[in-house]
Amino acid sequence: MSPTVIITITSLSGLALISAVILYFVAQKFKVFEDPRIDDVQAILPAANCGGCGFAGCRNFAEALVAAETFEGLNCPVGGKAVMETAAGILGKAAIEVDPTVAVLLCNGTPEFRPHTSLYDGASDCRIENNLYIGETDCSYGCLGNGDCVRVCQFDAIYMDPVKGLPVITDDKCVACGACVKACPRNLIELRKKAKKDRKIYVACSNCDKGGPAIRACKVACIACSKCVKVCEFGAITIENNLAYIDARKCTFCRKCASECPTNSIIEFNFSPKKSKIEPMAEVLNS
Amino acid sequence: MSNTLNISPSPHIHEKETTDKIMFGVVMALLPALLASVYFFGTGAIIVTATSVISCITFEYLIQRFIFKKPVSINDGSALVTGLLLALNLPSNIPVLMVIIGSLVAIGVAKMTFGGLGNNPFNPALVGRVFMLISFPVQMTSWPLPAGFKTGYIDASTGATPLAIIKEGLKNGESLSQLMEKIPSTLNMILGKMGGSLGEVSALALLIGMAYLLYKKIITWHIPVSVLGSIAVFTSVLWLINPESYVNPLFHLLTGGVLLGAIFMATDYVTSPMNHKAMIIFGCGIGILTVIIRIWGAYPEGVSFAILIMNAFVPLMNKYIKPKMFGEEVKNG
Amino acid sequence: MLKTFKIGGIHPPEFKLTSHSPIRQLSASQNVTIPISQHIGAPATILVNKGDYLRTGQLIASINGYVSSNIHSSVSGNVNKIDTIIDTTGYKQTAIVIDVAGDEWMETIDRSPVLEREIKATAEEIVEKCREAGIVGLGGASFPSHVKLSVPKGKKCDILLINGVECEPYLTSDHRLMLERGNEILVGVSIIMKALSVDRAIIGIENNKPDAIENLTNLAKEFNGITVQALKVKYPQGGEKQLIKALINREVPPGHLPIDVGAVVHNVGTAYAVYEALQKNKPLFERVVTITGKSLSNPGNYIVRIGTPVRHLIEAAGGIPEDTGKIINGGPMMGKALNNIDVPIVKGTSGIVLFPAKESKRDEVKPCIRCAKCIAACGFTLEPNLLATLSEKGLFERAEEEMITSCMECGSCSYICPANRPLLDYIRLGKSTVIKMAKQRNIK
Repeated sequence: MSPTVIITITSLSGLALISAVILYFVAQKFKVFEDPRIDDVQAILPAANCGGCGFAGCRNFAEALVAAETFEGLNCPVGGKAVMETAAGILGKAAIEVDPTVAVLLCNGTPEFRPHTSLYDGASDCRIENNLYIGETDCSYGCLGNGDCVRVCQFDAIYMDPVKGLPVITDDKCVACGACVKACPRNLIELRKKAKKDRKIYVACSNCDKGGPAIRACKVACIACSKCVKVCEFGAITIENNLAYIDARKCTFCRKCASECPTNSIIEFNFSPKKSKIEPMAEVLNS
Repeated sequence: MSNTLNISPSPHIHEKETTDKIMFGVVMALLPALLASVYFFGTGAIIVTATSVISCITFEYLIQRFIFKKPVSINDGSALVTGLLLALNLPSNIPVLMVIIGSLVAIGVAKMTFGGLGNNPFNPALVGRVFMLISFPVQMTSWPLPAGFKTGYIDASTGATPLAIIKEGLKNGESLSQLMEKIPSTLNMILGKMGGSLGEVSALALLIGMAYLLYKKIITWHIPVSVLGSIAVFTSVLWLINPESYVNPLFHLLTGGVLLGAIFMATDYVTSPMNHKAMIIFGCGIGILTVIIRIWGAYPEGVSFAILIMNAFVPLMNKYIKPKMFGEEVKNG
Repeated sequence: MLKTFKIGGIHPPEFKLTSHSPIRQLSASQNVTIPISQHIGAPATILVNKGDYLRTGQLIASINGYVSSNIHSSVSGNVNKIDTIIDTTGYKQTAIVIDVAGDEWMETIDRSPVLEREIKATAEEIVEKCREAGIVGLGGASFPSHVKLSVPKGKKCDILLINGVECEPYLTSDHRLMLERGNEILVGVSIIMKALSVDRAIIGIENNKPDAIENLTNLAKEFNGITVQALKVKYPQGGEKQLIKALINREVPPGHLPIDVGAVVHNVGTAYAVYEALQKNKPLFERVVTITGKSLSNPGNYIVRIGTPVRHLIEAAGGIPEDTGKIINGGPMMGKALNNIDVPIVKGTSGIVLFPAKESKRDEVKPCIRCAKCIAACGFTLEPNLLATLSEKGLFERAEEEMITSCMECGSCSYICPANRPLLDYIRLGKSTVIKMAKQRNIK
């Protein structure tokens, strides 16, 4: 081996050794003590960093879990029951039962039901259109269709239907992280408790105007006629601000309200087919 | 009223100028240089230019349609401009296959991998050219001598460019005054009757192009003037110190790719800074680096490398070199 | 010699179709709808009830706090209802709807056209009178003028600047006012000078109104301390910070007001309203509005009573043309597109512009090529492409650092962008979010 090679190998190895020693001492001196259980908990979390738990990423949630007395108010919607129970096992705490939820859109105002009265061609962003004016229809509460919710979903669980102009949520992909709920400037998306067989029944309307203006703007608007309230044997429906709302925890899915609704504002999903005046969105898409 | 009204946020009127029109303006500004290249180098110029343009547009179409699966945007004219600029950087006798490879690198690597139009940090035509220079050094440094259509294509008779003559000559120990007799006259250098790439030979054609670009307000004077100015100043200083070792500044301005680089390559919107102060610093950096590479570097020509090196600094310049904000002196004072 | 502001600016085509149309009084409409919030600040408090008979000029809603404004009835007749109406954004607002019956004015108003030159009121009386008369900035901002007629403690004012620029294309109401009511405007300027205790005033007028410049320059010879300065035609010369820079070469720092550099700016229309309030005891209930558009058969400048539906004004101009695609409240650069034409004309409405359908749609959006034309056009040395991208991606803290709140939303960046990017749409979103964030931080 020529002297050049020997000198190169020696000098570079020497440099590497010195750097390694320096790095080791610096790492030890500036080390921050952390509870080793945080790493353990973080390892079993889904690592989606979606913020669905309400914390800034999975590591932050792991820190919260380690620091908390009980798991009250702490839940990872992506990992669900399995992950929470594993975390409970690691930390020696009790897992708390949390109802799984799924996102639903409280609006069914397609162009067929809710005609366009103007054309919007500003930036394709719901927040911008909402700040500008009531939107392309006469309903100042309804979905604007520019897809802020679609853009923010990290789980590919929501897409924009080009014909209906409304976002469609794919139930089995939705992890109820809540990003779309925060993104909608009109607060049209709600996280509703999941039922067996993924059944859903809800008032697909957010219009708080009185019946007259509401129905003039959209054929399937809720006019707060209270027929659904009267027919519900379980007290699950309340009317506030000219709008009916079905509480998913009290609802037994008997579907009497949907049959009674004169404007077909209440829509149902994943039930066996029944004669209904209009077809709910999901069934049309599945066919 | 029968129709529904349009609603959008203000403003409700818009300037007529669009991206396509700007690209078309650049193509028009390149026409004198293209015509000069055909006049001096004949068939070879036509073949190289056509291949470059067609390859660039085709590669952009294929990548956008089949790899990205997004809408194709070849009609915005940017691939056409890249194709033309790449061709103008090449010798007229370069084989077709090498031109195609260069176009693939220019469009595929330098532009598309970064996200397409508007996202590339480096000038695509220059990246293509430098790639070809490093991969095919022999073919990229054999420059046909201008003889109109008699030049031929692959079989063109070649010679060294004026810069190469000087550099090699000085290395071999010849005196500068001897070497100056071997290079073309100043008039020929202005018109374009010398060895070099398709676009760099005719200073006159390039200056006409610059006048058009300034008139149409496609570029501002800041980058071309600072590039040329810094080269002129730097080489003047060297020449005044030692006229025996360093050639005069006019020579440096008229030879090599300086004019082509200063007018068309450095002024590319995407890869140049966005405010005038930073543009002048950018231009001076290119000028100084070019002269350093020419005089002390291994290559006879340094403009392409200088521009690419300064391209790398542009995001930093955009972030930290900003003009004085409106009202700032009163706030701080 | 022409002056101008140095940084930024664009040159949109002017289309001053109505600059030779003399001001006419618009005929009465069947009813008027007067919103209770036509100004910056708190909405006024309603004083009348359904069925009340009102006279023209009667106070119907009173000022609610310091930054607020009185509202007066612009017609005589009975109150039809007090209800929420759809306003220019399509969202709801409370308004007083009055059925028009005759035109009986309050006796206190002096209706004679004789010019009253002598200013009898003291500075404090001037401010109080303007407050009573419900005067707001008529240039479009609708800021309550009495707030800008007195100098706050600790600040000094050495000059008054009058905005006769009217840089928006199509609009000519200020132009005609300067041609036809020059003396009244100059008396109004003198009144404002007295209120502010300054002895110098400069009226800035863009050079595309040479007749107005000549008229006011001649008339101003009879007034002390008022000069007229011609300005180069460049948008947005009418922005107050650009006007201050051009006329007296002072730059208002970001986050500050003109008073911080010793200047106060008022619009010529406001000066005229001040004259009417002080010398004729007439509150603000009508104003000059330009109704214009390439396809209109009879565009012009009208004195319109506040609350008149836009539909009525368009009818007077010959009715809506068949090919109308967009109707704008204000000028084409900063005005709002209207969704329906039954909305009322309010204090801040300077013009209604009708666009044909082929000029009403935006072109396709292309990627940003970093041409930096938006940066060159911005009068505040901001970087619109960066601010728009930061707002789009939700990076609002960084947007705040990049001074997004300095933006005056003039629209020059969106206008000039060759890629048709909706820059101002996103910047507006970013600005409102940053302001909300800053407010929440201050509350904490």
